[in-house]
Amino acid sequence: MNVLVTGVSRYVGATLAVRLAEHARVRRVIGFDTVEPTGDLRARLDERGVRIIVSHLRGIVPVVANGDVDAVAHMGVISTPGRGGRAAMKEQNIIGTMQLLAACQATPRVHKLVVRSSTAAYGASFRDPAVFTESTPPTLVPRGGFAKDIIEVEGYVRGFARRRPEVVTTVLRLAPLIGPHADTSLTRYFSLPVVPTVFGRDPRLQFIHVDDALEILVRSVVENHRGTYNVAGEGVLALSQAVRRAGRLAIPVVEPGMAALAAFAKVSGMGEFSHDQLDLFVHGRVVDTRALTEEFGFRPRSTEEAFADFLYGQGLHHDGFVPLRPDALHALEASVLEGIRAVRTATRQRRVGVGS
Amino acid sequence: MTRPSSQARPSRRAPRSAPADGRPREPRRPRTAKPVGPEPAAEPAAAERAAESAAAERVAESAADAAASGVDRTHEIHAQLDSDLAPDIWDERVADGLAFLRRRLTGAYDIDEFGFDAELTDNVYYPLLRLLYRHYFRVEVFGAEHLPADGSALVVGNHSGTVAVDALMLSVAVHDETPKRRHLRLLGADLVFRTPVLSEIARKSGATLASNVDAERLLRSGELVGVFPEGFKGIGKPYRERYKLQRFGRGGFVSAALRTGTPIVPVAIVGAEEIYPILGSIQPLAKVLGLPYFPVTPLFPWFGPLGALPLPSKWLIEFGEPIPTADHVGDVDDPIVVFNMADQVRETIQQTLHSLLERRPDPFG
Repeated sequence: MNVLVTGVSRYVGATLAVRLAEHARVRRVIGFDTVEPTGDLRARLDERGVRIIVSHLRGIVPVVANGDVDAVAHMGVISTPGRGGRAAMKEQNIIGTMQLLAACQATPRVHKLVVRSSTAAYGASFRDPAVFTESTPPTLVPRGGFAKDIIEVEGYVRGFARRRPEVVTTVLRLAPLIGPHADTSLTRYFSLPVVPTVFGRDPRLQFIHVDDALEILVRSVVENHRGTYNVAGEGVLALSQAVRRAGRLAIPVVEPGMAALAAFAKVSGMGEFSHDQLDLFVHGRVVDTRALTEEFGFRPRSTEEAFADFLYGQGLHHDGFVPLRPDALHALEASVLEGIRAVRTATRQRRVGVGS
Repeated sequence: MTRPSSQARPSRRAPRSAPADGRPREPRRPRTAKPVGPEPAAEPAAAERAAESAAAERVAESAADAAASGVDRTHEIHAQLDSDLAPDIWDERVADGLAFLRRRLTGAYDIDEFGFDAELTDNVYYPLLRLLYRHYFRVEVFGAEHLPADGSALVVGNHSGTVAVDALMLSVAVHDETPKRRHLRLLGADLVFRTPVLSEIARKSGATLASNVDAERLLRSGELVGVFPEGFKGIGKPYRERYKLQRFGRGGFVSAALRTGTPIVPVAIVGAEEIYPILGSIQPLAKVLGLPYFPVTPLFPWFGPLGALPLPSKWLIEFGEPIPTADHVGDVDDPIVVFNMADQVRETIQQTLHSLLERRPDPFG
């Protein structure tokens, strides 16, 4: 099987290409992107013999048509604007997907399409049900650019699946990725010594471990799993709980102030927080993963385990300034308990002493 | 005068059970009039005496030892006796409290997918509410045996009281009156989940949005779900319409129960109507604030924050017999079945309200 992977300049696309190249059932992997993969990612791709094609968005059409491609893994939908800003991001997400789908439709050899989507497609609002299943429609149109793109991309993919029913089409809605080495705006957020949260809100969060997300992606390419699936770790962490587990202090900020902080984060180069991420930090988002585990026969690490691995891997428990270090709190608890016991024993002994 | 009771009944009744005829116990009732009258005071008294004498024996033994050694150690012996009888509960409490604080500070607790934090609810929210429940509203509960020990049920109640204090008291009643200390998962209006702070507390205490998706998900996982179909029409109605059930919406709660085959337990709550009697509503102000009504009560808004003080009414809560829905599971899409069942639940609650009101002639008594 020959596989085309788009979006190989980023971590998930590149790592998927590498893991597919290692897979016994995959003969050849072609990596496509509009930007050259660099550094470590490039080295690993070259080492595994992934052929890399860097081109403008139109360039995907001849690659699909002439490259003997059997399966396409579309990882090229990006969640935060890069150098070109929001316009370029939308261009890449929407036009890129349309070009790719047009090429696939015109090429009979393509019989499999795997699209990386996001749970952002459900939006986040107070009117939403507590847990989204794959069939829940979004109650409000999400206000973030990424969520809007995702909904549009999924619409095009559904249209493609209708027109080419013989192609096994898989849409994977990924929860926010987290892992020991992941570097995203979310992981940078939890690395702050004091973490801004929204006053009076404690959103429920879900994560998926990067390695488990990749496992699901690989399986969707080499096996047949038709349909749309939520990909998330079971269970839930409240934001306050996650902040405490990271040993950080939460600083509640009133809702309008959050937008200002997000703007500050962008200016200071800490990362970009989009509108849908801000909504996520107000209302939270939880998805049902029963369809995933039943279809794939694979249970990703729970949200709790994924988060623990992230903390461990990034050394957040012991490196640098940690305001509420768990082991320090354990020690404090023990010493306070000892102190109270000592005082109580002393008073009791004195009482007995006075009596005799 | 003979005492037939002692020979007639070799096995005595449990000391606290009421006499068979249900009348209050009369201590000086002529025993001959009722040959099998129990002697309730005898057994606990005997048990106490036994315990006392055992303890006294031990004291005497120790005292004898002390006397033998020639030193008066009575005080020490008493202290030792105290600690023998009761394990050091204060030490346990301190240790538990510290462990609780540490767990909270390090995030070492679990919440479910709806955001329900059982540990926080049991250790913080319920104890606070219980103060109101026991000492302020003096809630009395009847028919708690109608709540299932395990598995799902939809608890449907009347809604009143300007703010939803009745829902909170109902969850304490369900928790304290069920043998397994079950949690009532409330369904709340979207206003609750739109509001900061309130939305956070609501989710942590186990509530979720009143939508069929959430209700059915909770029922399928075997939870007790509490719902007030009157909604704002119920809590926002004027005082003169107290204890008159309002319309039951579209009967969405019935279809949730039918779809999951869950029994419906009707519950009547008396007492909440009097806590903030609504005399009127300032509608323009409500519109500006985005609220369904802006209440005017005898104390609010005239007395400012003091107006937030609820009046100390006497509360009665009665759970009715469960209404099974398993026979109608196929009729979810039949509006007649749904409406009839909603009416049946509504009628039951209304009748129970009337009978409870007769039992409570004085709202503040």
